[in-house]
Amino acid sequence: MATTATPAQAPSAPRPLTRAGRERPIGGFELWAWLFMRVSGLVLLFLAVGHVLIMHVVDEGVDRVDFAFVQLRWQSVFWRTWDWMMLTLALLHGINGLRNVVMDHVPRIGLRVALNLTFAVLGFALFVLGSVVVFTFDPNAWPPSA
Amino acid sequence: MARKRSDYGTLYRGREGQWAWLAHRVTGVAVILFLIAHVVDTAVVGWGPEAYDRVMAVYHNPIVRLLELGLVAAVLYHGLNGLRITIIDLWPATTRYWRALSYATVGLFVAAMVPITWIMGPGILRLL
Repeated sequence: MATTATPAQAPSAPRPLTRAGRERPIGGFELWAWLFMRVSGLVLLFLAVGHVLIMHVVDEGVDRVDFAFVQLRWQSVFWRTWDWMMLTLALLHGINGLRNVVMDHVPRIGLRVALNLTFAVLGFALFVLGSVVVFTFDPNAWPPSA
Repeated sequence: MARKRSDYGTLYRGREGQWAWLAHRVTGVAVILFLIAHVVDTAVVGWGPEAYDRVMAVYHNPIVRLLELGLVAAVLYHGLNGLRITIIDLWPATTRYWRALSYATVGLFVAAMVPITWIMGPGILRLL
């Protein structure tokens, strides 16, 4: 990552034994982003891995997922809450992950800003679209067992 | 910090950690790219059963189903390896066990992917 406590050079240099662990941002926004990735990652390990196992692996997997399935599923506030939390955390986690990739691999500052801005705008647009769908979908607007 | 041109594109000569890092990055990018498409395809549910079921019909294809298995693997690896990173970062004393934790991550991942492939495999083969 771009902002780290110690430079990445000199891999053979001995590290101080008193402070174990990996490099970490010194402070400010990057430290909060670093912490967010870990905390949201723990929550997503539950939400996203659970979602993937439920929707794609168990009980016929994606073969059973159709409109009627979503219609029934989103009768439940529990699943809507799950899906909206997952949407929000996964987009923030993923777009910030892309920002880290861009910072590591794109040396040109103009291209770097352009890419990060594109991802941020895209992420926000997807957050709005996904939120509208999760909150406004009306399971009763269509006849059941469609 | 500025890096020279020659710093890019060099092959890592590290050990387990470098491969774990590379796999974490590749699976992370794969999952966010899928997520971008997935938010849009789920949004189609607002247009009713005909439109949504037409979107879901893309899964009726063996290559898409193979990619689906890859997605499950990517999410699972990224999650398990992320857990390892989080444990080491938030509890630095565990750094001395990083290699054991690395093997545990891969072991858990493989142990989970065997039954998952067993369960999802027939769905792929049926469409061939």
